[in-house]
Amino acid sequence: MAERVTDSENKATRLPVFRTWPAVYAFVVATFVLWVTLLAILARTFS
Amino acid sequence: MNGVDWAVLLITILGIAGYGIWGTRGQRSLRTYLHGSGETSWMVIGLSVMATQASAITFLSTPGQGYESGLGFVQNYFGAPFALIIISVVFLPIFRRLNVDTAYEFLGSRFDSKTRLLGAALFLLQRGLSTGITIYAPAIVLSTVLGWRMDLTIIGSGMVAIAYTVSGGSAAVNLTQKYQIGVIFIGMIAAFFVLVSKLSGNIGFHDALSVAGGMNRLEGVDFSFDVNKRYTFWSGLLGGLFLALSYFGTDQSQVQRYLSGTSLRESRLGLMFNAICKIPMQFFILLLGVMLFVFYQFEPPPIFFNQTAWNNAIATESGSQLQSLARRYEAECAAAKTAISHWLELSHNNTPALADAARAKAQAAYQQSQATRAEAKRALSTAVPHASSNDADYVFVTFILKHLPHGLIGLLITVFLAATLSSKAAELNALGSTTTVDLYRHIIAPQATEAHYLLASRCFTAMWGLIAICFALFANMAENLIQAVNIVGSIFYGVVLGMFLVAFFLRRIGGTAVFYAAIVSQVTVIVLYLTIPISYLWYNFIGCALCIVLSACLQIGLGPNDREPARGVTPT
Repeated sequence: MAERVTDSENKATRLPVFRTWPAVYAFVVATFVLWVTLLAILARTFS
Repeated sequence: MNGVDWAVLLITILGIAGYGIWGTRGQRSLRTYLHGSGETSWMVIGLSVMATQASAITFLSTPGQGYESGLGFVQNYFGAPFALIIISVVFLPIFRRLNVDTAYEFLGSRFDSKTRLLGAALFLLQRGLSTGITIYAPAIVLSTVLGWRMDLTIIGSGMVAIAYTVSGGSAAVNLTQKYQIGVIFIGMIAAFFVLVSKLSGNIGFHDALSVAGGMNRLEGVDFSFDVNKRYTFWSGLLGGLFLALSYFGTDQSQVQRYLSGTSLRESRLGLMFNAICKIPMQFFILLLGVMLFVFYQFEPPPIFFNQTAWNNAIATESGSQLQSLARRYEAECAAAKTAISHWLELSHNNTPALADAARAKAQAAYQQSQATRAEAKRALSTAVPHASSNDADYVFVTFILKHLPHGLIGLLITVFLAATLSSKAAELNALGSTTTVDLYRHIIAPQATEAHYLLASRCFTAMWGLIAICFALFANMAENLIQAVNIVGSIFYGVVLGMFLVAFFLRRIGGTAVFYAAIVSQVTVIVLYLTIPISYLWYNFIGCALCIVLSACLQIGLGPNDREPARGVTPT
């Protein structure tokens, strides 16, 4: 009954630039830092 | 609304619902009914997860938040990217490996039957309440401003969602959400551009941001550690992390969406799509509210955006006092407009010292007008005691009806109804699935046929839809609507998350310990909510931490747990 989650499926993203999941997660965190920085800059610029 | 608006509304809403029924007709398998075809791509999963969370409240209430308080509410979503990463790494592989139908089935595999039932019961309780709010919220606003009958609005939108969810199950939810979110994006982007173009009659976009910044509406990040503030970077990051972890990781309405993916890869990518897009999406909706704020610095705003409530108050014996306040407010808004224009003029002339002084005057003039508005709200509450003095939810819809062209009005009202249907359908789908899988199949009728369970699932979905409609018909809320949903979620989510985190990471703790710990934690959180005024986001953290610590303490008291978790039930 249990579905097999293979190692290759667990590791490979099949994305062009971010080939591993840790790379995808690092990109997500970097994007978060970018959003927070942009929000802080926006408030500072127009305060 | 004229004929064009009605045509846009009815064709879009009924067209999508009809397509959902037609596209998923003839379902015979419970598995397909609960999970869809199992061939859902990451983009559909991503949009579906987004559409499930973004209810009509998001699009009605969030611009009002932006208008009243600026961008600060965006911090509520700061924990979401990290939560989605944790779910992608830990929760998702285990759910898929065990091939569960509901998240609570996992609790049964890891612990025991009673813990599974408790998890399912807490979900049904909080999601049942929230679904009522989901349908009530847009209905009260739309019926008030459009003059529609509230009961018919609730019953009409509720029955459409019930029809295609009962008919097509999870596949119909995925199919319709794809188009509903498309309509929502088009409508919101169109509204934003029309709003900005209307601003340009008075000022440019850069000046609009200057006005918003000068009136403290652009402070999207607050690094202070004040726990009494509702939204700070830290409450958003920590409290928001726990809220998002609970919502996306343990709420069946979301788990069901990403378990419909073809593979682990598709499910993960769908979640990462949301991890990246959630903050900018909320920022955009809040920015729309901030631009509304700027717009109403140059166009005379109503003293109270819920004009129906205002007119009812005018009809009482306090009417003359309220009308006098309205005249005063109008004069003060005109003075504030002059002061803001003067400030902008000086800031263009490169005279910073003079511009700063003019800005202080503009701020003072604006504060003066707000003091009058606050006084008017108090007078309104005295005149009509049962009326809510919170009009933030009416800001955006008032702008739509007064300042947008016909056709676009219909599209924006469609946005609110499409968002109601998309989130409500996913919630009903989850409530029906959990009742069928975790209560009916698990306890009441474990040996029935597939066809029997499919019929039961349809009946339970319809039953929850009718319960939500009844709740909405009798609801009466004064709290800002989007906050009401988050508060209900925060009270229950932390404890449920605590149960899941113990299940994943504390292998030595058994079902009995976590079961009693969860009950004690849930009671404690409810008592805290009723007695201590702290930001509701913290209840997620408190409930979760309490459940974990109490589980560990109880397990120590009960002695070693002799039932080791089965292979594959915990992270490897």
